[in-house]
Order: sequence, then C-alpha cells, then structure tokens
Amino acid sequence: MSAAVVEITGLCTAIAGRDIHRGLDLSIGRGQILGLVGGSGSGKTTLLRQIIGLMEPTAGSVRLFGEDLHRAGRVGQRELRQRVGVLFQGGALFSALTVFDNIAFPLRELRALDEDWIRRLVELKLAMVELEVHHGTLMPAELSGGMVKRAALARSLALEPELLLLDEPTAGLDPKRSASFVRLLGQLQRELGLTVVMVTHDLETLKGLATHVAVLADGRIAAAGTLDDVVAAGNAYFDNLAGNGEAL
Amino acid sequence: MNAEPRLQVESGAVVLSGDWTLAALLPVMARVRMNLKDGNLLRLPWDLSAVGRLDSAAAVLLWRTWQGRWPAQIKASATQRRILERVAAMPSAPSMAVGRPVTPVEQLGRPVLGLLDNLHGMVTVLGQILIDLAHLVRHPSEIPWKEITANIYKAGATGLPVTGLVGFLIGVTLSYLSALQLRSVGADLLIVDLLGISIIRELGPVLVAVLVAGRSGSAMTAQIGVMRVTEEIDALTAMGVSRSLRVVLPKILGLTAAMPLLVLWASVMALLGGMLSAWIQLDFSVVYFIERLQRAVPVANLLIGLGKGVAFGLVIAWVACHFGLRVRPNTESLSTNTTRSVVTSITLVILLDALFAIATKEIGVPQL
Repeated sequence: MSAAVVEITGLCTAIAGRDIHRGLDLSIGRGQILGLVGGSGSGKTTLLRQIIGLMEPTAGSVRLFGEDLHRAGRVGQRELRQRVGVLFQGGALFSALTVFDNIAFPLRELRALDEDWIRRLVELKLAMVELEVHHGTLMPAELSGGMVKRAALARSLALEPELLLLDEPTAGLDPKRSASFVRLLGQLQRELGLTVVMVTHDLETLKGLATHVAVLADGRIAAAGTLDDVVAAGNAYFDNLAGNGEAL
Repeated sequence: MNAEPRLQVESGAVVLSGDWTLAALLPVMARVRMNLKDGNLLRLPWDLSAVGRLDSAAAVLLWRTWQGRWPAQIKASATQRRILERVAAMPSAPSMAVGRPVTPVEQLGRPVLGLLDNLHGMVTVLGQILIDLAHLVRHPSEIPWKEITANIYKAGATGLPVTGLVGFLIGVTLSYLSALQLRSVGADLLIVDLLGISIIRELGPVLVAVLVAGRSGSAMTAQIGVMRVTEEIDALTAMGVSRSLRVVLPKILGLTAAMPLLVLWASVMALLGGMLSAWIQLDFSVVYFIERLQRAVPVANLLIGLGKGVAFGLVIAWVACHFGLRVRPNTESLSTNTTRSVVTSITLVILLDALFAIATKEIGVPQL
C-alpha cells in the first residue's frame, strides 16, 4: 500500500506551442494532502488536468495507482477514473439536473445499484457536506457559491474515491465559509482516508489542510515537502507572500 | 488492490472480511447480495473486525440487510461504527415529497398560461423597443450604429451565399416542373407570369424567412441565452448599458433592415434560375423573358415581397430576442428556448404570410 498514488515523471506539456511543464517530477503518497501552489499561469490547473487524463503529455508519463491512464484502454480508464473524484473550480454541476440527480449521476452510471440504495447514498453525501436533504431538489442555478462547492464536493465523493482532486476549493468563498469548508474537507479526509491534491492560492486553506506542499515554477516543481520544510528552505513563492505582509 | 469482500458463517457468527467498498463490491455484487438475503443471518452476531475498509456504500448495504436495526451483537471498530451510525441516522423512507398527480384542469391550464406568459413577454420586448426608439429620437448620439451594422453584416451579408444558392435551385426546379405541365396544355408563354408572381410575391420572402429563422434567429436566441447564463447581460446592466438598447434593439433593427435586401437577392437568383431553365427547356430567349416579366408582373408585387421581408425580419428577430431573454441559466433551458425560437418564428411567418395574402388579394394580380 506504500506505492505512490500519483507518480509523475519527466512531464512536458505544451499548449499552442507554449511550454507549460518542462520535465516535471512529482510523487504523491497515499494519505497525503498535497497543496499545489505557484503563481498565476504556472500550470497548476493544467497539472491537475494531466492527472485526471484530460490532456495527454507531450513527453513523460503520469501514473495513477501505478497505471498509465493513456495506455489503460477504455475499460481500464473508466475503472481508474472511478477511483478519482474531482472538484472543478466552478463546481461543474450539470445545470440541467437537480442537486440530487447530480450526485446520483455517477452512481446511476454504475448500473449496479437500485434506486433506494442510490437515494440513501445521495442523502448520506448531502449530510456529509452539511447540506440539507431538501437542498437536493434545487437546481444548481439556485444555489449560492458555497453551496455549489459543497454539492460539487458531494458529487466528487459519490463513488467513494481514493484520490480527490480539488481545483481552488475555497476560491470565491468568504473567510468564514472558507474556514468551514476546510474543516469539512479535513474531517472527510480523516474519515475516508483519502489522498487529496489541491490547487490553491489561499494560505489559510494551505495551513489548515495540507500535509505537504509542492511549489510550481518554470514548469517544474521548485520545492516539495511539508509546509514547514518548504517555508524554512526559503522558497521564492512563499518569500513573496511573506513580503506582501502575509504571516506564515 | 482491493481484497474481495467475503461473508462466512463461522461458529454461529457472521464474519465479514476483505474490503467492503463500492469498488470491491461491484464485480461480486450479485453473489454478495445473494449471501446477504439469508434471513437467518439477522439473528446471528456480526463480526466486522476482519474487514479491511468499509465505505458508506457498503454500510448502506449492511444497514438495509439489517432492516434498519442494529444486530443483537456486533463486533466493529470505532471507525466502522461511526460510518454505520451515519447511515443509521439517515431517514429510511424517501423524504422527498412525491409530486401529486396533475388534474385535467391543470393539464389544460398550464399551456394556456404558458402561452399568455409568452405573449406578455413578447409585448414587453416590443414595448421596450418602442420606448428605446423614442429615447433614441431624442438622443440621436446614443444610436448603437456599430451594433446595428454588425447585425446587418452578420444576418445579411454572410447570408448571401446560402440564400442565393437555395433561391437559384428553387427557381430552376420550379421552372423545370412548371414547364412540363404548361407545355402539355400549350401555355408555354405563361411560365414567365407564373415564375414572376410566385417567386417575387410569395416564394422569395417565405424561403428567405425560413432560412434566416434557422440561421440568424437561432444564433440570436443562443447568443442572448448564453449571455444570460454567464451573467454578461447583468454585467452590461451593471455598467449602466441598457441591455435592450445594446443587445436587443440592434438585432431587431439589423434583421429588419437586412431581410428585404436578402429577399430581393434571393428573388433575383430564383428568377435567374428559372430563366436558365426556361431557356434550356422551352428555348425562351433571355431578352424575351425579361421583356415579358415587365408586362406580366406589376411592380406592386415587388413592393409586397419587400414589405413581407421587412415584416418577417421584424418577427424573426423579435421572437428570437424574446426567447433568448427567457433562457434560464442551464443548458436544458438554452436548447429548449432555441428550438422554440426557430419553430415559433417560422410558424408566425407562415401565419403572417397568409394574412398578407388575404389583405393584398386585390393588388398586383393581373386580371384576365
């Protein structure tokens, strides 16, 4: 079980002739909560998309649970992806479905569970992310920003994933909501034993949640390790933050 | 990876082992459910201590097997208990209210109310346009020339190839088929009258209207709809830019201006096609065709055709903007409203065409 959940070696990505990643290496172990940080446009979200396999590497490889997603074939790909939950930046809830149907969607896709089972699971997920059962009848457009994040988190947890990818989980939330969302994520991670990779700009989220951080710069991982180690080693990204008056 | 979930009855106790997770359960679902069906299991003590991982999907499965009660005796770790307790805390019956059946009165009333609501919306759009126009008369500097001309270009100029091609082909077809009939009764000469009146007065405007409704009407609805989904409309209003003045009005004015021009263009192309076909089939010279056209088709027909163009353009853009503004922020609503926009505008155009036919039945038709 000690094998890395995500193993990235020599990853190069080029979008429209622009190099985003230049030989990036990163290994994420089971149970880690890795905060992915870096300046705007440093390729954090692109790296997340590479992990999910939404993009194909120009060179190098990304291995999920020890397998290369792009070589896994159709069935293998689906099985791998069912072990990964993704929380997209804008929530990416299906706008034509209610919250309930959004969360039930991946469960129904399995074609193995009956409706009663699905209903119980959906209500359970709603309770997990601290939404009320009656919120399930709402359409995504009727939700507030924080509720969209929660509903999207519930959907990403629907299949009991082993790896959870979060893109800016607290962006757009006020500090209080953001703090409670961080608490919620931490609690869920402890209970479910998830491995979490999150892209974030928010220092509070990082301090409150991450066990490890990786700093992206110039298309490579400039520094990686526990938050304290990285800060102690003196990293340009964190020095900048500190220079802006944000206490670490 | 995942250890297979197992269930054994050992020395009078139910012993679970392996990983009880959704991923592990899926491949062996049928067997596990079969095993769990045994009613005798309920009365036995349960031992979960050998279970590797337990997730909420499996917890729901167990809880249902236990029929919503804790078994008399259970051996489980604190974590497992917490997971099971969370399932236990959920209501077991569907808590969402089931919609009551729809009565016939409602079945009839909903569409009627929907229709009234649509009419109300359309009148509102038109009223707003009139208010905007009145405003523009007093403040001519605010006329959105750029947007209006952009719409004329988008709906008109870029529509020239397709309307021209379709018009030409329809002209050829109509002329070819009519020529066969007319020749059999020896009325070859009347082909010019037939083509002239039918194309200029009727076919040109309707043909272009159907094409434009599918081409520009749908695009307008989708554009306004997406602007609503992405809150761009709200952003405009927040900047103090009137959405009706900047988004709706230029579309309606633009299409109203472009449509008669398209109608003229398509009619010309259709007549060209008809002329070509008549020349090949009936050996009509082009000069003769044009000369006869002047005598056979009074100018009133051209005016009626262009008038229809103006009216159809107005209706298409009006309907398109109305449905665009009705889009609610989800993908389903966007597609429904785009479809409705095209269907409604084509229906209205045909309806309007019938009214035109009745109103102008005395005008421009040569009396024999």
